[in-house]
Amino acid sequence: MFDRRLILCFDWVLLLSVLLLAGAGILNLYSATANWSAGGTPVYLKQLVWLAGGVGIALLVCVFDYRHLEYLSPYGYGATVLMLLFVLFAGKTSMGATRWIALGPINIQPSEVMKITIILVMARFFSARAHPQGFHLRELKVPLVLLALPALMVMKQPDLGTAMLIIFITGTMTLFAGLEQRSLIKLGLLGLSGIVGGWFLLHDYQKERIRTFLNPERDPLGSGYHIIQSKIAVGSGGFAGKGFMDGTQSQLSFLPERHTDFAFSVFAEEWGFLGCLLLLLGYLFLIIWGLYVARRASDRFGMFLAIGVTAMIFWHIVVNLGMVIGLMPVVGVPLPLFSYGGTSMITTMIGVGLLLNVSMRRFVF
Amino acid sequence: MRLNPGWRGQAFFRNRLMLFSLGAAGIFLLLLLRLWYLQIISFERFEEKSIQNRVRILSLAAPRGPVYDRHEELLVDSRPSFNISVMRQDVVDRPLLFEKLADLLEMPAEELEQNWEKGRGLPNYRPVVLAYDVGRDRLEGVLERQQDLPGVLTEIRPVRSYPYRDMAAHMIGYLGEITREDFQKSQYAGYQVGEYVGKSGLEQQLEHLLRGEEGQRLIEVNVKGNLLRELQVMEPRPGKKVYLTLSRPLQQTLEKAFGEYAGAGVVMEVNTGRILAMTSRPGFDPSLFARGIRPEEWNALLENPRLPLQDKSISGQYPPGSTFKIPVALAALQNQVARPETEVDCSGNYYLGESLFRCWKREGHKQTDLKKAMRESCDVWFYQIGLELGIDKLSEMAFNLGLGRKTGLELGGEKRGLIPTRTWKRKRFGENWYGGETIITSIGQGAVLTTPMQLAVMTAAVANGGTVYQPQLIERVENWEGQVLQQFDSVVRRKTRFRSGVLAAVKDSLEEVVSHKKGTGRRSAIPGIRVAGKTGTAQVVRRLSVEQEEAGIEQELDYEFRDHALFVAYAPAEKPEIAVAIVVEHGEHGSTVAAPIAGAVLRDYFNIPEPEPAKEEKDV
Repeated sequence: MFDRRLILCFDWVLLLSVLLLAGAGILNLYSATANWSAGGTPVYLKQLVWLAGGVGIALLVCVFDYRHLEYLSPYGYGATVLMLLFVLFAGKTSMGATRWIALGPINIQPSEVMKITIILVMARFFSARAHPQGFHLRELKVPLVLLALPALMVMKQPDLGTAMLIIFITGTMTLFAGLEQRSLIKLGLLGLSGIVGGWFLLHDYQKERIRTFLNPERDPLGSGYHIIQSKIAVGSGGFAGKGFMDGTQSQLSFLPERHTDFAFSVFAEEWGFLGCLLLLLGYLFLIIWGLYVARRASDRFGMFLAIGVTAMIFWHIVVNLGMVIGLMPVVGVPLPLFSYGGTSMITTMIGVGLLLNVSMRRFVF
Repeated sequence: MRLNPGWRGQAFFRNRLMLFSLGAAGIFLLLLLRLWYLQIISFERFEEKSIQNRVRILSLAAPRGPVYDRHEELLVDSRPSFNISVMRQDVVDRPLLFEKLADLLEMPAEELEQNWEKGRGLPNYRPVVLAYDVGRDRLEGVLERQQDLPGVLTEIRPVRSYPYRDMAAHMIGYLGEITREDFQKSQYAGYQVGEYVGKSGLEQQLEHLLRGEEGQRLIEVNVKGNLLRELQVMEPRPGKKVYLTLSRPLQQTLEKAFGEYAGAGVVMEVNTGRILAMTSRPGFDPSLFARGIRPEEWNALLENPRLPLQDKSISGQYPPGSTFKIPVALAALQNQVARPETEVDCSGNYYLGESLFRCWKREGHKQTDLKKAMRESCDVWFYQIGLELGIDKLSEMAFNLGLGRKTGLELGGEKRGLIPTRTWKRKRFGENWYGGETIITSIGQGAVLTTPMQLAVMTAAVANGGTVYQPQLIERVENWEGQVLQQFDSVVRRKTRFRSGVLAAVKDSLEEVVSHKKGTGRRSAIPGIRVAGKTGTAQVVRRLSVEQEEAGIEQELDYEFRDHALFVAYAPAEKPEIAVAIVVEHGEHGSTVAAPIAGAVLRDYFNIPEPEPAKEEKDV
């Protein structure tokens, strides 16, 4: 079954751009955590290990034909929902949120798995149905339920960021499949009322974050502290930045979460607008290449799969940057390939593996 | 050439893909515009803010949790101490600063330099401590001059305080600065350089409970690093409260009764295994460690031949001497090798082939039964009965009473002791077991070793009818809201069923040890309470050769060659409540040195006033 063409068609451009972005991320982590307390493995080395593991996983994901995933996807989805259910009743709690299943030394975060499995199940749904005029709302009952179930459970954990991402990913895929004009408007209104209604479902700390986002000065040392400090770091970077390892905000003062969610503010401070421009171009290239993979996919399932993965990476970037530069409330979403963290790295690399898989089988039927 | 002919509707999606690409680019452009706004248009404003932005986060160390005794009396506490620290990035002229500080604090500038070096491993935003536990006067001196001392700040650090000084020091344990090796261990994840952690005793075992959660203090400083105002304080959370089974008054009585002697003592509840008091002598002052022990003090402790840092109650291994006659007698009766009435004629000598084994009483005890053998500690009775019993049955009983294995107390460093068996000897020396070895084992000499804790467990098991409890030191752990986090119940390790009459006979003989006018343990007797016990003398070296002895030579031995004195007891004999085990290193005679210590403890426990000083008498 293994075709020589698979090697010939391997998508080196995609892998290389991923590695370049991750490399920049590790360099940035090196600076962000340069003067941390002694003891333990340095953060950037740990991230390097995660990256190596991630590449391994991505390559592993390429080996089998992604088309098997089409009929497997409902089972994967079902299993993930069960895991989320388990978390709801017997999950591991850490820092006020119950998100994990403790499996010996490893903690599994089912909401992360859901990001992938919902892409698969949605790709299966949309690839089986063609609608040149776009879907009518009535026909979208199934995906709506498939989305609402995990989204509500994740929100309950509470993990607003991940719930939001799952909704964004599914929304992008639906939009790509096409919507009838009137349904589009209705769905938009539904979403809006969802946001308004959702306000009352939010936890106090989540409401607080949104209030603070709207007016950070309200609580400059509590939840507003993150946004203010991050904006100062980014803004004081100026055009050319303060130089590698010379960011005063990140090196001297205390920039919170500077190796995880706020890694980009360290980068922006030290490399300035110029660096940010280059980094954003890099990410944009990755996104457009992902769409290009979708375009070249040899079947509809592959195309939707590629769209879903690309949407996942895209929304992570947008939500994280939006938060770091004060365009969005702080929701705790990592920047793919840039923020420190094994979970984020592995989810991203499984996505990259799926893209590589679709890409290299573009001539295989 | 494209091999892919395209599937139905593909062209339709191509337009949509183009649209999505543009959409993505558009959103990225929005992000870039925002970055442009922040980094180019508002640059000057943010740059100024970043220069002025001098918010510092100081950690507020959490006090370690307090330790209480069973009556909720405070045994170990924390008190605030003041440290002089420095924020390194705010220091302009280090030598000048150290010169000024050395003057104000009256300490050498080299010491300040050393402490600065020690803080290298700390993150930059963390201040480095230059002087620990500074007195009020000096602290005020520094505070007055703070404007001249850029970067210098004062921090409050809680320090362990010990209202009862060195009481129960081994059991409570001491603290020490976290070491480089400690950082490699996962249990110390999240610890900071310079932090104090438990190094021994309960402080070490309960480190995770006693350590509190650090708080934070956000302060704003000016360009020179001087404090402008306090912005926010997150109070630290002190460690959990630990309640021990220990009784402070009894502990003090036990320690006082030891006087200048070295050794160890354990007092235990017979029916639960809870420890009422345990000590190891000599003690040490844990407050030396709490403030950071000086090298010369540390060396003095290490070089002391009486090993003040060793917890002798669980890691001191001693031959049990005649206290071992208790398991021997029980084994003999249980296995029907002897009956309480079995008589042996003690001439003072016992021959096995060519070898001579002496009774401690040279002229012999004459006709001796179990009661007499126990109360006067006749060795010959036990030589003969032990030999008939055989080493394996003897050892089995010793094991069943909790000897020769760890007792399972919640402290580190416990030793197993040693109960010899044939298998042990073959494995250890590759030799067969000899009858002569059984003979000396029968009086608790030879290879057999026990810890004071094991002796207490054994005595309690005899007293309660054969149940070996795991000794227990911690009663419960509470948080500051008074919620019980952990509650410890007594744990039964082993239960022995004795034939009818066996236990009663041995217990009667033990009571005579204390109550009979010729009993060796009568110096532990207290009016109104029936006490049962057994003395022991553990030979450290063979004292005199047979020839010397026959020549009647008496010799004053050097301290380290003197015998250990032992005494185990329980009371009241008819319905036992507590068991006591005392080992006095080089105390020479169980009856004169160890028994009175037990007596003092029993008196205190049963609330019986001190007696008139008794006249000296000497035997085993």
